Amino acid sequence: MISVFFQYDFLKYALYTGLMVGFLAPFLGVFLVVRRLSLIADALSHITLSGIAFSLLLGRYYGFFAGLNPIYMGAAFSVGGALMIERLRTVYVYYKELAIPIILSAGIGIGVVFISLANGFNNDLFNYLFGSVVAVTKSDFHLIIGITIVVTLLLVLFYKELFFLSFDEDQAVISGIPRRFLHVLFIIMVALVIAASMRVVGILLVSSLMTLPVAAAMRLARGFKQMFVYAVVFGELSVIVGLISAFHLDLAPGGTIVIINVIILLVVVLLTRKRV
Amino acid sequence: MSNIIEIKDLSFAYHGRNVLEDIDLSIEAGSFLGLVGPNGSGKSTLIKCLLGLVTPERGEVRLFGERLSRFHKWEDIGFVSQKANSFNSGFPATVFEVVSMGLYGKVGLFRFLTKKHKEKVREAIRQVEMEAFMHENIGQLSGGQQQRVFIARALVSEPKLLILDEPTVGVDAKSVKRFYTMLKDLNRNKGITLVLVTHDIGAMTEYVTDVACLNKHLHFHGDTKEYEEQEDDMMSRMYGHDVQIITHNHEHHDDHAHDGGHSS
Repeated sequence: MISVFFQYDFLKYALYTGLMVGFLAPFLGVFLVVRRLSLIADALSHITLSGIAFSLLLGRYYGFFAGLNPIYMGAAFSVGGALMIERLRTVYVYYKELAIPIILSAGIGIGVVFISLANGFNNDLFNYLFGSVVAVTKSDFHLIIGITIVVTLLLVLFYKELFFLSFDEDQAVISGIPRRFLHVLFIIMVALVIAASMRVVGILLVSSLMTLPVAAAMRLARGFKQMFVYAVVFGELSVIVGLISAFHLDLAPGGTIVIINVIILLVVVLLTRKRV
Repeated sequence: MSNIIEIKDLSFAYHGRNVLEDIDLSIEAGSFLGLVGPNGSGKSTLIKCLLGLVTPERGEVRLFGERLSRFHKWEDIGFVSQKANSFNSGFPATVFEVVSMGLYGKVGLFRFLTKKHKEKVREAIRQVEMEAFMHENIGQLSGGQQQRVFIARALVSEPKLLILDEPTVGVDAKSVKRFYTMLKDLNRNKGITLVLVTHDIGAMTEYVTDVACLNKHLHFHGDTKEYEEQEDDMMSRMYGHDVQIITHNHEHHDDHAHDGGHSS
């Protein structure tokens, strides 16, 4: 069943990209979920949309941007939005979650304006919204490899600090852990992973890969390290099963992956119903 | 003996209301201080000033003789906060993982825990008699057990000073006694200086060596014997103050009534 994925280059890229994202998104997602920031993924994916729309718009007028992969501009917007969320969270100290809807609506608003300036939707944009893993290009592929390596390294290096900050921020600060630096670093990583995952499941579904496998893992894990194991296993499982069934049943891969995630989550919730 | 903590002329205001005024307090190495006062008397705020989590309007704090702004040896200080608001009990971390956090500051950035560190973690867990729960999730333990885990986390870096902010809230009476006995042992046998913040004045006098009474001002600071001699006088002074604050502040009163309605 899976052998067909190795016969064609475009399917091979799709599979490899899917596997990288299936690892990266839940891995980072564990920290997002335990810090109760899972909605940030949604906010940042929408600001990524405005970056992509901006890049496509510029591409109409300037040759340079027509040749540039829009994912770069998307990632840049996403990082900018991430920094703005961090800033807003210090402005609304008592309502930190307000930063999320502010950036989310700003992202859509700006995105829609750019789209209309570029004379409406086109096929490219549609692919970014809902994912188009079979349309992954060589340049996407390289960018995603780069993001995977950088983010994985950073997460391993700062694992203990991020873990401590997520569990008990006051104590972490007392023991000398640099809170501001790690917050900013973390949110930039989230922005990068969103840019990478977008190709696979699309902007509208990006947050699902970061949160659903983690939500399922939470029901089963004993301890924090186990959370990563379960979350990554579920993430990869959903990508592999999702891609294969989408190919054979001629379905949209992004949506199929998300549906597989929902099924895994439901099964886990049903199996662990008796536990607290 | 030298002073581990020195507070001079410290004042702190929150939203324009003075929470602490003119506090002078020195804590000697090797002592076990009970810092008492009614709810809202500024005890936790004083601790936050000590730890540099908030900055006072006025005054100076010295830790181990060093000014707070210059102090860096945070691994010498263990802190156990009020459990209820400091962690989310559904958090998927085992007892071992939670206690390990106590070493993270000491180990430093870009370094990982070695075998030796892990042995220290196990030893701290044994010290609070929680080894049977080493690989259980922290959320599955009782309040008293969780509190002992947090003590282990504070002890694992071998601090010279241990600060506990209302550690017994939500812990049953029997466990509280056992808990205080353990603290007394840490103080007398391991030589750790202890600061225990509590509003429960009665229970702790047989364990501590010194008492400080706080209600916006520092009303008393001396050893346990002196304290017991003047206890009645002190209570009326301290709680007299407290009544004033509550009648001043009607809004607060209403809030509490509202909360009560919800929980019933």
